[in-house]
Amino acid sequence: MRLDFDSEQPIYIQLAEAIEDDILKGILPEETQVPSTTELSVMLKINPATARKGVNLLVDEGILYKKRGVGMFVARGALRRIKKKRRAEFYQSFVLPLLAEAQKLDVSMGELIEMIERGLPDEQD
Amino acid sequence: MSRIELRALSKRYGQNPALNQLDLTLEGQKIYGLLGRNGAGKTTLLNLLTAKLHPTEGTIAIDGEPVWENDAVLGRVFYMTEANLHPGSLRVREAFQWTAEFYPGFRTAYGEELARRFELDTSKRVKELSTGYSSIFKAILALASGASILLFDEPVLGLDANHREMLYREILANYIEEPKVVIISTHLIDEVADILEEVIIIDKGRVIRHQPVEELLESAYAVSGEASKVDQYIQGRNFLSEERLQNFKSVIVVGGAVDRALAKSLGLEIGRPELQKLFIALTNSNA
Repeated sequence: MRLDFDSEQPIYIQLAEAIEDDILKGILPEETQVPSTTELSVMLKINPATARKGVNLLVDEGILYKKRGVGMFVARGALRRIKKKRRAEFYQSFVLPLLAEAQKLDVSMGELIEMIERGLPDEQD
Repeated sequence: MSRIELRALSKRYGQNPALNQLDLTLEGQKIYGLLGRNGAGKTTLLNLLTAKLHPTEGTIAIDGEPVWENDAVLGRVFYMTEANLHPGSLRVREAFQWTAEFYPGFRTAYGEELARRFELDTSKRVKELSTGYSSIFKAILALASGASILLFDEPVLGLDANHREMLYREILANYIEEPKVVIISTHLIDEVADILEEVIIIDKGRVIRHQPVEELLESAYAVSGEASKVDQYIQGRNFLSEERLQNFKSVIVVGGAVDRALAKSLGLEIGRPELQKLFIALTNSNA
């Protein structure tokens, strides 16, 4: 798990997204235990209150759940929930910046589509 | 419970005011960052808090009790100073025993474990330690002291990148295991920014900001782009500092909501300021 400390996002949101990424990549499968806020805090060198805030964000969204006295676990259905949420943000977060950059560089729509197609096989391995 | 209360605190050296009617209340077991430029009064503040100095005016209380000549209160505070307070001929191992005399909660086994991890040779004499190892030695004493208030003045002085990282992690682990008040005074703001919960910025002997780090960062934003467009955006807004490079300009705006529509129409970028940049801006504008 890594945080990008240059990002514009507050650290607790970055932490929540990093945990989601690990869930998406299968590093943290559903029903497995996630690192404790203590472990997250020490490993990432962030204040424990920040770590708690990030984890609680995912608890509120039903992506993680708390087992009393044991720790925090990835909820069943977390993967689907994260994908749904990320898909809703995909246009804003990825498509619009892509188009803006393409426009800055005078990349035509045709070229852009060609590049996307060129990238596809690697994406599906 | 841990409450530190400084009221109308002043300290003058001759005619020079180091602290000027400073008020500060710290409540709760948190990791605080004490930030300020050289000569802002950080070390004076820590020296007053630990009764190494007597205030010219004002009061200092920890958990409601005055600190001056109060061994019971001072025994709950460990102050890692930049200056070396141990006799140079003392061996590290002996310094552990010596500290245990003053701090009954001193954890010798933990101190020795930290010495092993940082590869600090406990048979060495204090005066033989390099700057970096001297910092490590003093930091270990603080961490193992068992005190409920730990004050670190430039804790990573002379430490290499590996040891700095290890020390920040150990401070966090120590704090989590045994919640306490930790105050870190440092110039390396970027390095500590994320481990702090609250930040105290002092400038010219006064507290100019004291709030949660996240809240401070959210109170400001950076606007950058073409200079004339940036000027247009900051019209009527409260801004701190500006950086200009030919036709490019970047400004930190304080307070008020971001006008994203306006920024977009002017082709400007909005960003989150780093704590260090914000600190520089805040301590510059007060000049």
